[in-house]
Amino acid sequence: MMPELGKYAFEVLSAYGLSLLLIVALLAVTLRRGRRARAALRQIEAEARPDGKS
Amino acid sequence: MSIWEYANPVRFLALSAKVQPFAWAAAAIGILVGLLWGFFGTPDDFRQGSTVKIIYLHVPAAWIAINAWIMMLLASLVWLVRRHHVSALAAKAAAPVGLVMTVIGLLTGAIWGQPMWGTWWAWDPRLTSFLILFLFYLGYIALWEAVEDPDTAADLTSVLCLVGSVFALLSRYAVLFWSQGLHQGASLSLDKEENISNVFWLPLIISIAGFTLLFLALVLYRTGTEISLRRARAISARLEPRG
Amino acid sequence: MIALLIRDLRLALRAGGGFGLGLAFFLIITLLVPFSVGPQSQLLSTIAPGVLWMGALLACLLSLDRLLALDFEDGTLDVLATAPLPLEAALAVKGLAHWITTGLPLVIAAPFLAVLLNMPPQGFAWLVISLALGTPALSMIGTFGAALTVGIKRGGLLLSLLVLPLYVPTLIFGAEAARRGAAGMAVETPLFVLAGMSLACIALLPFAAAAALRMTLR
Repeated sequence: MMPELGKYAFEVLSAYGLSLLLIVALLAVTLRRGRRARAALRQIEAEARPDGKS
Repeated sequence: MSIWEYANPVRFLALSAKVQPFAWAAAAIGILVGLLWGFFGTPDDFRQGSTVKIIYLHVPAAWIAINAWIMMLLASLVWLVRRHHVSALAAKAAAPVGLVMTVIGLLTGAIWGQPMWGTWWAWDPRLTSFLILFLFYLGYIALWEAVEDPDTAADLTSVLCLVGSVFALLSRYAVLFWSQGLHQGASLSLDKEENISNVFWLPLIISIAGFTLLFLALVLYRTGTEISLRRARAISARLEPRG
Repeated sequence: MIALLIRDLRLALRAGGGFGLGLAFFLIITLLVPFSVGPQSQLLSTIAPGVLWMGALLACLLSLDRLLALDFEDGTLDVLATAPLPLEAALAVKGLAHWITTGLPLVIAAPFLAVLLNMPPQGFAWLVISLALGTPALSMIGTFGAALTVGIKRGGLLLSLLVLPLYVPTLIFGAEAARRGAAGMAVETPLFVLAGMSLACIALLPFAAAAALRMTLR
């Protein structure tokens, strides 16, 4: 059930919409970058192991 | 046992892996409860109408925007004094989060200001200080991106963060001197008289806690990302010469 | 130290006219303002102090990326870093040289440009004093910015992005003093704060600049 927002419905909804959009975008970029970096590290560690000690 | 133990990246990652699930879950619960309660469960203000609901986004975002910079300042100091890489990387990880929160603070403020003050933007001290903070975040992030050697980048951005903090404070006072305010006083203070009324208070506190936990979770995760990138870089640098 | 100052001044006077460039830029900016806002003398006289401060600030900014970049490329900075003279002092001298070649001409030129913008004559003295007190801070902040970005290829734009937010307090107090002077109000408060900020910048920023430069050179 939607609360009665009165004449400011557009302002309130756009504020919530924009903010949540920005937060979700930040999360998406963070997770994408994080996955890639971790995958790249795993791959490079796998390559490094056979010929060395690390 | 001291806190410096976690300056070791492996220890840090282990702790971070333990803390992160709780941080993410608590952040999600806090933000959901705070925002949903605020959105559905609180009455309209008798002067502001339903726009008062924007406060549950505006105040937490502004809170994080300022505290993220303070956290970066502390992390930069730790890096300059004790040269712990995790610290420098945590500062780097926090900056974009702070930037996004600054933008949210400015945007929600503008959307709220249009019906209430009759203008999207006013050259009010608080608004202006926030715009300056936004510029500082931009400069800080741009400097990280521009310097190639990672340690030099950490050094230079730390110095910028230190000097920038001093100038940000100066700007704050300069701006107060320069213009009279439109913005209301602090929403939360220990002085009961100034405080907002109880109906709005609890969901706001929950929302702030949720945003803070989200910041913590994001920074932990992003610091982990930076550590991975740094490690990958170090290993490939070691491999290069051998062919 | 004096030898370094003289050397910097000579280079600025000779090589490529870094000396006149800032001044010409200041002149052009000031002349462009009436074209952009219209020729009403009432409006121009109101905004004149702010416009002149803004023009001076941009003219200062313009010459910053030359401040250390040339010395970095030809290795002079490496010599300075290992010289018996502390790097802090060397950078303070470089800031001073920048002020003499850029800030001082701006201060002298400002009243003439103020005439063009119809600024009330009672404000001329305060404009000159506020610029004289404020431009050293601009030069020193600029030196710090230049030290931060000297090792970066194509750092010019980044330098502006870093330095301009740092200019905010100086600009606010400086322009406020000039504006109050032009309006015939008391100017002591902003002027004293401006002077204090300049002194603090001169005293402290060389250390920050030297620290940043050592990090780049290391």
